[in-house]
Amino acid sequence: MKKNVFKEGAISSQFIADSIAKHQSKTGIGAHNIFLGQVRADEVNVKVVSAIEYTAYEEMANQKFHEIREAAFDKFDLNCMHIYHSIGKVNTGEICLFVFVSSPRRKEVFSAIEFIVEEIKAHVPVFGKEIFEDESYQWKVNK
Amino acid sequence: MRLTIKYFGQIAEITQCSEEEFEFSGMKVSDLREALFLKYSKLTNKDFQIAQNQELVSNETEITATEIALLPPFAGG
Repeated sequence: MKKNVFKEGAISSQFIADSIAKHQSKTGIGAHNIFLGQVRADEVNVKVVSAIEYTAYEEMANQKFHEIREAAFDKFDLNCMHIYHSIGKVNTGEICLFVFVSSPRRKEVFSAIEFIVEEIKAHVPVFGKEIFEDESYQWKVNK
Repeated sequence: MRLTIKYFGQIAEITQCSEEEFEFSGMKVSDLREALFLKYSKLTNKDFQIAQNQELVSNETEITATEIALLPPFAGG
């Protein structure tokens, strides 16, 4: 059974704080690293992005997240790894991606977080509609 | 064969639906692209990849599965 990575709406600071707290009992860990993706208020032709509405091919996306997880565990010495991605509407300034890796030592988590985030950007079928303040929109493309 | 095709993002805006049954008589992914262009001419100038059974496939791949998806550029993260 594959994990469902998607969470409806923004990922709250409380959720992130609780995730960190849950690791206090795992005393083999010596280093955590966290990546937070935040919705940016991009300006396009004088209009400003106010939110992104995410949709996804969820079955395939969860399969890809699973493969990325497996690859990261193979490549790096990790105790644990958590990935959450928003689905639905997330306002600018709110968090839409939360990646959390833990290892006995720091070097592993620096490399692991970059690997995981880049893989997500390139291979996971998530789509984003950038909604402007006047309700018009454009489709976001990862660079 | 009868395919179930899923559409996402700006592709679904063109097809006006997120999923449909599609009767397909060709062999390869490139044939499917042609068949879809006949039905939806606006797809011809759109950038999209095709997944078969949740795996991306190239134009040369043979269509063997019934679950197909048209995926516009990814924007996750």
